[in-house]
Amino acid sequence: MGAESNTDVTVDFEVDPGSYRHWKVSYDGAIARVAMDVDPNGGLRSDYELKLNSYDLGVDIELADIVRRMRFEHPEVRVVVMTSGNDKVFCAGANIQMLGSSTHGWKVNFCKFTNETRCEIEEATEASAQVYIAACNGTTAGGGYELALACKEIYLQDDGNSAVSLPEVPLLGVLPGTGGLTRLVDKRRIRRDRADVFSTTAEGMRGKRAVQWNLVDDVFPRSKFDEKIAARCEALVADAGELASGERKGVTLGKLGVESLDNGRKYSSVEVTWDDEARTATLTIEGPTAEDVALAERGAEAMHEAGDQLWALRAYRELDDALLHLRSNHPNVGLVVVRAKGDAKRVLAHDSALVKTRDHWFVREVLLHMGRVLRRMDNTSRSFFALGDAGTAFAGNLLELALASDRFYLLDDPDNVVHVGISDLSEGALPMSTGLTRIQARLYGEADKAEALVGRRDLLGPEDADDAGLVTMLLDDIDWDDDVRIAIEERVSLSPDALTGMEQNLRFVGPETPDSKIYARLSAWQNWIFIRPNATGPEGALTLYGRPERPAFDWRRV
Amino acid sequence: MTTPTSTNVDLTSKIPNNVGLSDDPKLQRALERWLPNYLEWWNDMGPTDFADKPVYLRTAISVDRGGWANYAHVKMPDYRWGIFLTPNEQEATIKCGDDAGAPAWNDVPGEHRNALRRIIVTQADTEPASVEQQRLLGHTAPSLYDLRNLFQVNVEEGRHLWAMVYLLHKYFGRDGRDEAEELLNRRSGDEDKPRILGAFNQPCDHWLSFFAFTMFTDRDGKYQLAALAESGFDPLARTTQFMLTEEAHHLFVGETGLGRIIKRTAQLEREDPNGDVRNQGGIDFDLIQRTINYWFTYSLDLFGGEISSNASNFFASGLKGRFREDRYEDHKALTGTYNLPVVEKDKLLEKEVPLRNAMNEILRDQYIKDCERALKRWNKHIAEEGSSTVLTLPSRRFHRHQGIYADHHFNPDGELISEDEWESNKSKWVLTPADNDYLVSIMKPCYEPGKFANWIAPPSKGLDGKELDFEYVKLHD
Ligand SMILES: [Fe+2]
Ligand SMILES: [Fe+2]
Repeated sequence: MGAESNTDVTVDFEVDPGSYRHWKVSYDGAIARVAMDVDPNGGLRSDYELKLNSYDLGVDIELADIVRRMRFEHPEVRVVVMTSGNDKVFCAGANIQMLGSSTHGWKVNFCKFTNETRCEIEEATEASAQVYIAACNGTTAGGGYELALACKEIYLQDDGNSAVSLPEVPLLGVLPGTGGLTRLVDKRRIRRDRADVFSTTAEGMRGKRAVQWNLVDDVFPRSKFDEKIAARCEALVADAGELASGERKGVTLGKLGVESLDNGRKYSSVEVTWDDEARTATLTIEGPTAEDVALAERGAEAMHEAGDQLWALRAYRELDDALLHLRSNHPNVGLVVVRAKGDAKRVLAHDSALVKTRDHWFVREVLLHMGRVLRRMDNTSRSFFALGDAGTAFAGNLLELALASDRFYLLDDPDNVVHVGISDLSEGALPMSTGLTRIQARLYGEADKAEALVGRRDLLGPEDADDAGLVTMLLDDIDWDDDVRIAIEERVSLSPDALTGMEQNLRFVGPETPDSKIYARLSAWQNWIFIRPNATGPEGALTLYGRPERPAFDWRRV
Repeated sequence: MTTPTSTNVDLTSKIPNNVGLSDDPKLQRALERWLPNYLEWWNDMGPTDFADKPVYLRTAISVDRGGWANYAHVKMPDYRWGIFLTPNEQEATIKCGDDAGAPAWNDVPGEHRNALRRIIVTQADTEPASVEQQRLLGHTAPSLYDLRNLFQVNVEEGRHLWAMVYLLHKYFGRDGRDEAEELLNRRSGDEDKPRILGAFNQPCDHWLSFFAFTMFTDRDGKYQLAALAESGFDPLARTTQFMLTEEAHHLFVGETGLGRIIKRTAQLEREDPNGDVRNQGGIDFDLIQRTINYWFTYSLDLFGGEISSNASNFFASGLKGRFREDRYEDHKALTGTYNLPVVEKDKLLEKEVPLRNAMNEILRDQYIKDCERALKRWNKHIAEEGSSTVLTLPSRRFHRHQGIYADHHFNPDGELISEDEWESNKSKWVLTPADNDYLVSIMKPCYEPGKFANWIAPPSKGLDGKELDFEYVKLHD
């Protein structure tokens, strides 16, 4: 069996608590316990076994679902304890056999998704007052420690055996690429020389030394471990800050109800169709209806009542699923055409109703969720062209889709005036991972133009939008069809690798944050290392891990 | 800083050695610091209540023919724990793996430092562990002869700890010193600071378990040491070679101890009108079989995973060889395969594993063969005594807590069974609390020279040419 086998599995990103195979979640008032207990035979593919609480994409899809539902369905929870249902192992990290037999694209998608989930855990801690703590009741290795690093506090069992470790470099010839290196130095502020020692010591560190180096917050003896963790949870609950307003009654996230088309997926407000031959897809999102706006304008309670049927939650959940589906199941699609349909004025009214009530916990969660989906789009390695032709409404939160795209074509037709507009949501509620708004990123070199747009709430016609710097190209109705067709054909003819690299460099102008570093720096290096012979060549360390031969390196530094 | 040179003299005379300790101030300093902690550990965790009793102990004072076996009555805390390497006859080479045939390492290669340290620490941890497990047994010994054997085993396990700690101090810098400290901090069976390996945390609270332990668990030690004696790290190879000479005595104690119990059981069975051994205050064969099942399988766990990338790495990099590696022709073992049954979808299926990944299993094979030899001998004795009982070794899949069989249940024949079946039969198959209660109840000390407890037969001869009624331990001045 050669490497790169069996990766033609269709991945379904929609799961629910009734279908979890790898996690046990329990609730006790303000404290939730999330225990990893991976079913070795429950992998997405059958060419590996998920031993010792190691994970694959399927395990992480469940985790992402848990984290998301925790926020929407269990707003009463203030502290989430991440722990293990396995007696000896907290988590051994990503399954190495799975990595070894996966295509490059699969590995990259897998790492990206797991990174997004880790960032989501941190966001829940910071923005939703749901504090994650890691109760590492056994070996905490590689991706297992990276999962712990995503938690606010890390506690390790002190039994003379359980250690935290990042053995990727010394054992596998790759990086701890799920945020590990970044979080060591940027989040936990561990000295870089110590991080260097730690990251090259396969067996990791335990006991007092792990505490001294700030690799963990504390160690507790085995006999006292549960008791100490419980005490820490109580203290965190007592210390927890002010909560956002609103009755903390959970909102169930129901099934998305997707309809499979021959070449696409159709949701209630989103549709994605693809043409694998042309290597393009079209992603259409339908803006809020008049009823959707009316509902939002009735206030937070009404929105809370509407739950997962609130347009802003429903449409963005659908958008999220569509993006994930494209990423994992349609690697050939190089260009995604984005269309936002609807009425621009309505989108602005809708956004302003959301902003007005954003102190309510549910509305806040809806906004945070929208932000995450948009960041997922920023991080998707496909070209996005937003097409603002007749009937489109790139306004408010939907303008973010155009600004997240690599280009925005706008129709300039006096008979069919297309409007663009900025809402309160464009000014910080839906930030990129760099911390900038998408307007700031777009107009990074034209700060005066960005400044001029602050507070502007009237609808912009095509020329105004172009003057404001929001449009890549304004096309009249005569040129539209040909120019757009040619632009698309040209785009899909270019090297997909070069495009991925180019887009990722151009999208993220401005400052770096720990989040953006994880994607731009750590992941990029990891993806390079993944294709280097020293990792994945016939004599590479990752290839040969678990095999009788030892790796042979090409010693030249590149 | 002043160095307390005065203690150097004490130290080198206290620690018989052939590693040039007197010319190695760095090592002296390290051991000076470690020695008091070691003695404290021995006082706390070594045999209870016998510190002031002279024991007829064998002490190694040099590695030459007569040097390693010096018998004299010694109080245990005065035992001279030495450090010895078996001398090299010729230029040492790496014996296995990719670099087989190249000169052996006299220093730790950086590349293998962590792996070697782990190997040494894991081995070292077993040495003090067994002393801890056996610390109360002195109070219930079946004879002075057996009491002396217990203490001999104990002091030698202490010396084995020294041997390993020497390697840690000499070759592994600060990390090595930290690990050496930790070896004295872990405690057998302690919930919070357990010893590293499972069998070394199991209670050993009567003499049947002691003999089974020295028979089965020390025998794992023999095979581990023999595999390490093939190491390309020469100081490790030579240290373990010397340890093997002492280990042989521990195995002797275990094999003959169990043999003597078995013999006695057969006699009591014959003597009792109903063949009821317990009625005669002895240990019935079923109970002996359960003890074998228990300790044999816990000892099998110690060999590590059946399919192991660690084992493969250790072999490939020449850190750990096979038992008697010189008897193999191919020292690289890159091409061969090994077949072993694995559980897939509730069935046992043969699986082909690359030879290097099966090194643990290969060592386990040798071990099992050795145990089978002892069983055959015992069964011969049983037959000679006129009993029809046949003792057996259970399947290697039975009652496992580590490796690929640990998550399933097997009967002693190695057949997959359900959890219910296991639960309803386990008291027939492995030692139960009631067994232990019974054993503890019959174990009364028997300290009159030449006398033996009723449940065990005397050995065929005494030690070091002495009579059976020799005062092997002087309990009275
Ligand atoms: Fe030993
Ligand atoms: Fe021993």
